[in-house]
Amino acid sequence: MGDAAPIQHGRGATVPVSTRTRTAREDNPPEPTSGPGGLPIAAGVTAASRTRAGRGWRHKGWLRLISPIAVLAIWQIISTTGVVSAQKLPSLTTLWSTAVHLITTDSPTYGTLQGAMAISLERVAIGFAIGGGFGLVLAVVAGLSRFGENTVDPIMQALRTLPLFGLIPVFIVWFGIGEVPKITLIALGAAIPLYLNTFAGIRGVDGKLAELGKVLGLHRSEMIRDIVLPGALPMILVGLRQSLGVAWLALVVAEQINANAGLGFIINQGETFLQQNVIFVALFVYLILGLLTDYIVRLIERRALTWRRGILEG
Amino acid sequence: MATRNSGGLAAERDPEKPGSAGPESSAGPVARTRGLSRSFGDHVVLDDLDLDIQRGEFVAMIGRSGTGKSTLLRALAGLDQGVSGELEVTAPVAVVFQEPRLVPWKKVWANVSLGLRARDPRGVARSALEETGLAARADAWPLTLSGGEAQRAALARALVRDPGLLLLDEPFSALDALTRISMHDLVLSLWERHQPAVLLVTHDVDEALALADRVLVLADGQIAHSATITVDRPRDRDHPDLVTLRIRLLTELGVATREVDTLDAD
Repeated sequence: MGDAAPIQHGRGATVPVSTRTRTAREDNPPEPTSGPGGLPIAAGVTAASRTRAGRGWRHKGWLRLISPIAVLAIWQIISTTGVVSAQKLPSLTTLWSTAVHLITTDSPTYGTLQGAMAISLERVAIGFAIGGGFGLVLAVVAGLSRFGENTVDPIMQALRTLPLFGLIPVFIVWFGIGEVPKITLIALGAAIPLYLNTFAGIRGVDGKLAELGKVLGLHRSEMIRDIVLPGALPMILVGLRQSLGVAWLALVVAEQINANAGLGFIINQGETFLQQNVIFVALFVYLILGLLTDYIVRLIERRALTWRRGILEG
Repeated sequence: MATRNSGGLAAERDPEKPGSAGPESSAGPVARTRGLSRSFGDHVVLDDLDLDIQRGEFVAMIGRSGTGKSTLLRALAGLDQGVSGELEVTAPVAVVFQEPRLVPWKKVWANVSLGLRARDPRGVARSALEETGLAARADAWPLTLSGGEAQRAALARALVRDPGLLLLDEPFSALDALTRISMHDLVLSLWERHQPAVLLVTHDVDEALALADRVLVLADGQIAHSATITVDRPRDRDHPDLVTLRIRLLTELGVATREVDTLDAD
C-alpha cells in the first residue's frame, strides 16, 4: 500500500506534460513513472530470492559451518605463529588438551569439567523451568482478559526495564550466596522474553478463529488448547529461544559470584590462577551448551509448525 | 443467552446445547425474530425486523451491502450481543462463513470434528468429509486446500453438528464460477438429505433463485420483499417464473431493468 502513493504521484505528473507535446511525454514522464514503480517491484524480487536462498541454506546446513571454521582456522594460525601471545589467546590445540585434562582429572582447583557442566545445566534447567513457567502462565492470564492484562502487564513491563544484573547485590542480601539468588536471577531473566512474546502471540491470534470457536461451542479450556495457544505458538517459540539465551547469560553472571562449583566457578578459578586456557575452555562449553539448547528449540519449532511448512513446500 | 431470548419468549430448548437436535414434535419455526433491532452508534442496521424460518425451509436473503444481512445472520448465530428485540432459535445452529475459517494447525478431519463431543470424532469427521467429497484430503493441512476444497471442509464441519438451522454467510462468493455451481449442487443434496433449515445470505440473485424456497430482500434493516419459489429443483435458469422473479428482485435491489438485460446477455 505504501508504494501506491509514489506511483500515482508519478502518473499524475505525466498528465499535464503529455497534453503539451508528444516528445515531452516521451522524454520526461517515463523516468519518474518507472522510477517509483520499478523500485518496489525490484525490492519484491530481492525479498523473494532471499527467502529462496534461506531455504537453500537449511537444506545445505554445512554451508553455515564455513565461516565459523574459517574463524577457528585463523585463530589457530594467529596463536601458533605467535602473532598474539599464547597467554592472551591460547591455541586451539592447547585448549583441546586443557579440556581433555579437565575432563580426565578431578583437580582440587577446578573439579571436573563435566561435573561443572552438570551443575551449570541444572541451574539453568531449574531457573528456566521456574521462570519460563511463570512467564507462560502470566502471559496466558494477561492475554486472555482485560483484567489479567491490567493486573499483570504493568508489573511485567516494569520488571522488563529493570537491569537484571543490577539486582545481584539485592538478591545476595535477600537470598544469601547459595543457589537461590542464582536460580532467581536465571528465572527472572527467562520469564520476561517468554512473557512478552507469548502475550503478543495470544493477542495476535485471529479474532475470526476465536469467533469460530464460539460458534462451535468450544469450552474455555478447549479454546485455549485448540485455538489460543497453537495460534500463539510461533511467537511462544521465539520467546523460548530468547529466554534460553537470557538464561545462559544470567547463569554466566550468577556463577561468577560466590560459586564453588559450575562453569562460572571454573572461570573464576582460571582467572585467579592466571590460566587463560581454562577460561577459554569454559567459555567454549557455554557456547556449545547455548547452541545446543537453541538447536533443540529449532527442532521443536520444525515439528510443531509443520502446518506452516505446508504452505512453503506446497 | 439472555440477549438471544431478550423478548422474554423463552426457548423451549437450549439452542446451544448439543444433543437437542433431532426431529422436533412441535411445528413452530426454528428461528423467529420480532422487532429485532441493531444499531452501531447512530447507524441503524436492523430496524424492527420480523422473520420466521420454518423447519427444513431453505431461505435465501439478498440485499445490497450494508443492509444488515450479515448482522442478522450473526445475531441468529449468537455472535452479536448488542441486538434488541425478540430472538428465538430453537434448533442447534451451524455456520459457514464467507471465508472457510479452518484452523490452520489442525488437519482437515480435526477441523471438522473440532468441539464435537463424539466417541469417534475421526470417524464422524471422515464420513462427513465423504459426503462433501473431500474424504481424500482428510489428513491434509488446511493451508494446502484450494478455495473450493476449504469450503467443502467448512460444510462438512457444519454438517457434522447435525444442525436444525444452517447459516451460510456468502459461502461461495470467493469461489470461481465453476466451483460455485458444483457447490450449489452439493448444498442442495446435503440439504435434501439432512433437512436442516437454511438461511443463505448472498448478493447473487441467481444463486438465491437456484437454491431457495423463499427469497427475502433486505433493505434499510427490514425485509422489503419476500418471494416464494415453487419451481422444482434442479431449476432451469430460464424457467419463466424465475425470469420474472429475477427481474422483480433486481428491481427491488434497485438495479434497472436495462442492466438486467445486459446481465442476461452475458
